[in-house]
Amino acid sequence: MSKPTTHESAVGHVTGRAVYADEQHPPQGLLSLYPVQAPHAHARILVIDTTTAAAMPGVVAVLTAADIPGVNNTGPIVHDEPVMPADIVSFHGQAVAWVVAEDEAQAAAAAKAVRVDYEALPPMLDVQAAIAANAFHLPPAKVERGDVVSGLANAPHRLHGELMIGGQDHFYLETQACWAQVDSEGTVQLTSSTQHPSETQHMVAHVLGIPSNRVVCRCLRMGGGFGGKETQANPFAAAVALAAWKTGRPARVKLHRALDMQLTGKRHPFFARFEVGFDDDGLIHAARIDLVADGGWSVDLSPPVLMRAMVHVDNAYFIPHIEVIGRIAKTNLASNTAFRGFGGPQGMVVGEEIVDRVARFLGLPVDQVRERNFYREGETPDRNQTHYGQPVVDNELPTLWAQLRARSDYDARRADIDAFNRTHAQTKRGLAITPVKFGISFNKTEYNQAGALVHIYTDGSVQLNHGGTEMGQGLHTKMLAVAAKTMGVSVSRIRIMPTSTDKVPNTSATAASSGSDLNGQAVKAACETLLARMAPVAAASLGGDANEVMFENDRVFLRDRPDVSLAFEDVVRSTYNARISLSATGYYRTPGLSWDPKLGRGHPFYYYAFGAAVCEVEVCGLTGVQRLLRADLLHDVGDSIAELIDRGQIEGGFVQGLGWLTSEELRWNTQGRLLTDAPSTYKIPTVGDVPEDFRVDLYRRTKPPSTNVIFHSKGVGEPPFMLAIAAREAIRDAVAAFGDARVVELAAPSTPEAIYNAIVKVRGA
Amino acid sequence: MNTNTSFLLNGHAVDLAGADPTQSLLRWLKSRQQHGTKEGCGDGDCGACTVAMIETDAAGRSHYRAVNSCLLPMGALPGREIVTVEGLAEGERLHPAQQMMIDGAGSQCGYCTPGFVMSLFVGTHDGDLSDHCIEGNLCRCTGYRPIRDAAKRLAALPIIEDRFGATLQQPRTALSSARVGDFHNPTTVAEALALKQQHHDAIWIAGATDLGVNLSRGQTVAPSFIALDRIAELQRIEIGDDAARIGAGVSLSRIEHELAGQFPLLDDMLPWFAAKQIKNRATFGGSLGSASPIGDLAPILLALGGDVHLAGPNGLRDLPIDGYFLDYRKTQRHPDELIVAVTLPKPHDLVTASYKIAKRQTDDISIVAASYAIRLDGERRVQHVRLAYGGIAVIPKRAVSTEALLLGQVLGDALVERARAALVEEFTPLSDHRADAGYRRALAGNLFVKFVAEKLA
Repeated sequence: MSKPTTHESAVGHVTGRAVYADEQHPPQGLLSLYPVQAPHAHARILVIDTTTAAAMPGVVAVLTAADIPGVNNTGPIVHDEPVMPADIVSFHGQAVAWVVAEDEAQAAAAAKAVRVDYEALPPMLDVQAAIAANAFHLPPAKVERGDVVSGLANAPHRLHGELMIGGQDHFYLETQACWAQVDSEGTVQLTSSTQHPSETQHMVAHVLGIPSNRVVCRCLRMGGGFGGKETQANPFAAAVALAAWKTGRPARVKLHRALDMQLTGKRHPFFARFEVGFDDDGLIHAARIDLVADGGWSVDLSPPVLMRAMVHVDNAYFIPHIEVIGRIAKTNLASNTAFRGFGGPQGMVVGEEIVDRVARFLGLPVDQVRERNFYREGETPDRNQTHYGQPVVDNELPTLWAQLRARSDYDARRADIDAFNRTHAQTKRGLAITPVKFGISFNKTEYNQAGALVHIYTDGSVQLNHGGTEMGQGLHTKMLAVAAKTMGVSVSRIRIMPTSTDKVPNTSATAASSGSDLNGQAVKAACETLLARMAPVAAASLGGDANEVMFENDRVFLRDRPDVSLAFEDVVRSTYNARISLSATGYYRTPGLSWDPKLGRGHPFYYYAFGAAVCEVEVCGLTGVQRLLRADLLHDVGDSIAELIDRGQIEGGFVQGLGWLTSEELRWNTQGRLLTDAPSTYKIPTVGDVPEDFRVDLYRRTKPPSTNVIFHSKGVGEPPFMLAIAAREAIRDAVAAFGDARVVELAAPSTPEAIYNAIVKVRGA
Repeated sequence: MNTNTSFLLNGHAVDLAGADPTQSLLRWLKSRQQHGTKEGCGDGDCGACTVAMIETDAAGRSHYRAVNSCLLPMGALPGREIVTVEGLAEGERLHPAQQMMIDGAGSQCGYCTPGFVMSLFVGTHDGDLSDHCIEGNLCRCTGYRPIRDAAKRLAALPIIEDRFGATLQQPRTALSSARVGDFHNPTTVAEALALKQQHHDAIWIAGATDLGVNLSRGQTVAPSFIALDRIAELQRIEIGDDAARIGAGVSLSRIEHELAGQFPLLDDMLPWFAAKQIKNRATFGGSLGSASPIGDLAPILLALGGDVHLAGPNGLRDLPIDGYFLDYRKTQRHPDELIVAVTLPKPHDLVTASYKIAKRQTDDISIVAASYAIRLDGERRVQHVRLAYGGIAVIPKRAVSTEALLLGQVLGDALVERARAALVEEFTPLSDHRADAGYRRALAGNLFVKFVAEKLA
């Protein structure tokens, strides 16, 4: 199979010709929207007076909750998310009305003139306050195994701790955007920057009070998503659809950066408490872990995010007796949502915190304690079963780990760094190696299905539709490769179409690292259906058996007579002439999945992605400033469909994770207003944060997989994000070198200030 | 003054008649359906809107400069030449900056890509394809490795003789005075001062890296503007034996290059001051004029004991930097006065260094900035000392108590520790979203310790 060597839209990207949602040819009379934002985190709306605003130049409408013909809700799981609140403001900056005007400047000016009277209510502004007030969304969730009480009681050593983990803004470069138009037949046509066109379609239908068949949602491409457009594109799509519905004119919205950061949810901050029992070798016997996710004002996707944290808190470690309890704090902040890793990163940071605490308590090298606690296949008693009852399918991690240790020269560098640290009082270096084991599939079983629609036209050209969306991750590039390989034709013959709900219905979000696995199999199935229809036609021409027909290099021939071949387009034409359909759907559901959310048990993941990282940092003891000197990543992508795409996901995920754990810090004021709502105050990594010495390798499996993923590849969107935990642990290792502490508390994110505070604590210990 | 104004966009003349002078070039491009240039933030912090602007120096040599089009008001454009991403390719033939980005998988979602391409394009002309070339461009997808590699491969290519190079060779005259609505572009200080007398409520605007943010956010800034970025008198750097006089309109990029090696305080600070797109437009005068307590240049001037030169309706005034800052964003400058230059005394036998600590070390606003100048005699007795800070008070400030404590004393470990403790107590900084007060105070002391350890050991 010839592997893609460029992103399918690369030329469009570099020339600026690639079109995003807000860059289409504007239809006649296109209107723009701008929100009226509440100046309180929690308040009762007493009155909304739109009179002055409505009379301002260019204003066509001012939309409030009263204008919604259908259901005032875009909550994906719980119906608790009004498009605009009718009575209660739930977070600072929430849109209580949307002004619709001829242009955006007019809408923005009029938004300031909408008078809203509020009665301020006491806000709940962080996890701690919510815990103290017992303010939670939904009942607690639990995942457990064994007997944690006796496990802890019988362990030779016990310790406990707690950790607050900060959130993260998605900072996709393209902010939320949607265009809506009611066409001449009364169908609502949406072009949205959404990871989940089907849900955007359904939400808009609900809000407008019309059936889903009257709404079509398209997604051309996104300028980044990362989970931030899985559900959170929906309220903006609903607002513009409502504007188009009410005014009869096309309407658009594209949020300015500060608005986007204020209005949309982020990666969930987590507060964790843990108690762990272990022996002299650092082998963990039992753990009790309490996780509280800051859900924000509404439920959104918080339950599955929390659950993924709860089933990744073990990371790569077997814990015989364990109880994980999870709750979702209800706060007056933007509603936190999906973000690459979907709770997995927070769970794994807690898991690594525990292992580090155990190692330092015992004075053992942390990497050894990590290794000792690994899940391993083929041991008696079994230590390859997770706490939710699923075995670690095809567990390659111990081998991968050993390879990375050797490849990164870990032991020699450890010795060098220890020597460096002995001779430098104000500068210390740190080294860490950390593993990643990440379950692939949506926890919610029903989302693990996908569809595709492939048309072959009589000239032999192919149109490819599938349910996944392109947000930069290279899904379309991979799908083109899958279709080309399956049909034995060149990629240039195939045109990939914008994702659209009238082509492939009832799709799942492009999320959970599953876009390629699910849609790839659906594309393959559709292509195979077409080949099965064409094969008898070709067989008749070639004088052979349909089972012997091969499709390769745009030619069609019999297996043992490759010298006598037909052009692909000729077989297409003959198939058409024989009155056989050249259009086919493909469908796929992941086999073998089960999950009982009440019991917290089952087999939720088809397989696991594995990886490991080694990071080396240097930390200044006087300022807390750290520098990542070198990173070595080894990651398992199975048999890669497109190596350049997979490397891009690994490198990009790692750097995004690095930002989350170091420089990206969200801060709010005491009224709940987000202070870090622009790149001047919210610092994602720049090229300067990426080490010059950055080594990335793809892991080669030692044995064939027991699963059947598309062309034996593996999902790669999220898992590499968590490789960045090695950077956090390397910083901790450097901080530890400033003193002789048996506990090294390090805040997340580890900003220079946080590192400095950690050093002060270690020095004082 | 010329009111019949136009600028060149990708080689084509565009009439500015009727344009809103406060609208950014970025928004204007979008209104013309030129969507290649992207808006990632509208604040000059992400680089997605990077375009190339031609700038001609005093010697008549022209250069491409990467600038953020979101911060460039249309009013500043008369007579200027702009290249956007749409102008690079000729039909299907891509510019090498574009081809290298494709070959190395430098784009994923593609939204930041045009900005990177434009930074790399400029890099191919000005010869800097290091990380500094792309530090002002944020990418959320790739992790930068493939873009850094694209820059390296571009740097390894032979120099290209193309139409863009030829454009730079064309002779150019200095930009003439121009006006777009209430946006005035004078070419002499006298003209600028006269305009200010006619329009008392006008605001001076230099590189627009600060006011441009307000304009981009749709805030009302002032009824009219007097732009200072085409006044030749403000563009001079005069280097004497004992001092450098830097015109208020000189960009930080020029200061960084033309004074390289002469002022360690500048050499330490300017690489971290801001990204290239900002430094290409931001000026020394603008930095002092906005009088931000976290401006990174004021501490340098304070540490060296420089002067600020003002011109006003009543003539010229030369003010020492000590005492220049009065209160939060208040200085001795009268509103109708203009900063024309600063004088930076050469350090000679002083040991000097600047430090900048921020949440992110590249392209960020300081938590604390420090500039130090000290001279010890043969017995390590402190003969002269100035310790200046940004980010620790409402104005950029010297640590005068600690300076007094140090003066005349022998600089040993005990004295350094006393100075550190004194510095921690000398200021009462604020806690904000960048950092807490306690960290700022600790840095005030520790940066001095770092200075002594690194420069005076």
